[in-house]
Amino acid sequence: MERRTRKPGFHSEGGSEPDVADVLAAVRRMIQPCIQCGTCSGSCPNEFAMDYTPRMLWRLVLSGEVEEIFHSRTFMLCSSCYTCTLRCPRSLPVTDAMAGLKQVAARLYPDRYRSSVEFSRQFMNSVRRHGRVDEMEFMFFYFAGRKNPILPFQFAPLGMRLMSRGKVRISLPSLSGKSVLDPIFRKVESMESAS
Amino acid sequence: MKYFYYPGCSLEGTAREYDLSTRALLKALGVELVDLPDWTCCGATAAPAVSRLLALALPARNLALAEATGEDLDILVPCSACYLNLKRAEKAVHQGGDARREINEVLAEAGLACRGTARVRHLLDVLSRDVGGDLLKGRVRRRLEGLRIAPYYGCQCLRPYGEFDDPEDPRSMEPLIRATGAEVFPWSAGAHCCGASHMTTKPGIGIELVAGILEAAAGADAVVTVCPMCQMNLEAYQGRASRSRGSDLKTTVLYLPQFLGLALGLSKEDVRLDLNLAVGEAFKNQAA
Repeated sequence: MERRTRKPGFHSEGGSEPDVADVLAAVRRMIQPCIQCGTCSGSCPNEFAMDYTPRMLWRLVLSGEVEEIFHSRTFMLCSSCYTCTLRCPRSLPVTDAMAGLKQVAARLYPDRYRSSVEFSRQFMNSVRRHGRVDEMEFMFFYFAGRKNPILPFQFAPLGMRLMSRGKVRISLPSLSGKSVLDPIFRKVESMESAS
Repeated sequence: MKYFYYPGCSLEGTAREYDLSTRALLKALGVELVDLPDWTCCGATAAPAVSRLLALALPARNLALAEATGEDLDILVPCSACYLNLKRAEKAVHQGGDARREINEVLAEAGLACRGTARVRHLLDVLSRDVGGDLLKGRVRRRLEGLRIAPYYGCQCLRPYGEFDDPEDPRSMEPLIRATGAEVFPWSAGAHCCGASHMTTKPGIGIELVAGILEAAAGADAVVTVCPMCQMNLEAYQGRASRSRGSDLKTTVLYLPQFLGLALGLSKEDVRLDLNLAVGEAFKNQAA
């Protein structure tokens, strides 16, 4: 992955839309004491594939560079291994801050981060419908949402191996149905839209 | 020893052998499991990517169910992602403050509440600290001498909480492996990340991480795991990982309770080796 050469943190003017800056506030509070030591970058197993290193990303967050942040793939490459959180010398919730950026992206930039956002969205939809995730149905809707005709075939051999062992069942995917979790989802939505 | 049992969604599907072998092993060890009634999904890694509050409320519902039974039992969780989510909710409720208030405001819609008494334990925590290598050793019926076993811990049973092992240098599986007569394969990839859902959303990155772990396991007779996501990533993509490195990275990968169960005299049918995707014939001949 080609590393971006622009040094973050030295262009703090402009670029940020106020409403997005507001939703970034929670993430900024989490990493406000960051001393830019780079322990997170040095610990990250996915850093090799990132455009900005985690350390650079935190600098962008602190200087409010919204456009840079949400054109970067860095936070979506966080696989929640928590090594940075464990090692951060300031004990900052680094992995939670990555998740905070994923949450903003899912709400405001779903098209830019289609594969990750679609994955989480379809997973949660399946959970909302059934109470537990139906792995086969969730993957069906994930592939459908990606609108990439080649993609399902890349996973077909694995799907066959799992089916032959009775680990996944073919059932007719259905978008209807509500589980005992529906009231919980609805309440969370109303509390989050109010805040 | 008696626990609530929270299997999680994967253990009803792609990780059925983890569920079945965990139940079989614990039964053989005299550990009693009480299925948590009406349990629901913990939110996995999808909920934290969508909503902070949902990522707390979904696991908290299960803690509330356990508390509502009135039985004072720890909740045993075999899946590391479920464990992390349930543990995070446990800590949030226990610490009180805004998060606890928000969680209970959501749960009230479902007629539930968390008081903060439920305690969440990973299967490896229970096996290594409550059962322990000594008790296990006394129950071994089939000594697995000559096998070199690589303990793979992955991420979320160790980090960020580190409740039962050193997250920088985990060793909790070693006394269990040695109790069977097998050797612990020395390697440093035991706590490396398998890539989790990258394997689906960004396969190139997932394959890179898995290939690194399988390369490090060269020389081991098997890798043992304690998480359905780790198990799937390490067993299902060995062909693609091998092609990416231009070398044969095929390795036996099985769940820790399957391996320990074999040592206790359970059959390969009992621990459902037929459901695994990467168990070699050589391993089957030696261990089962």
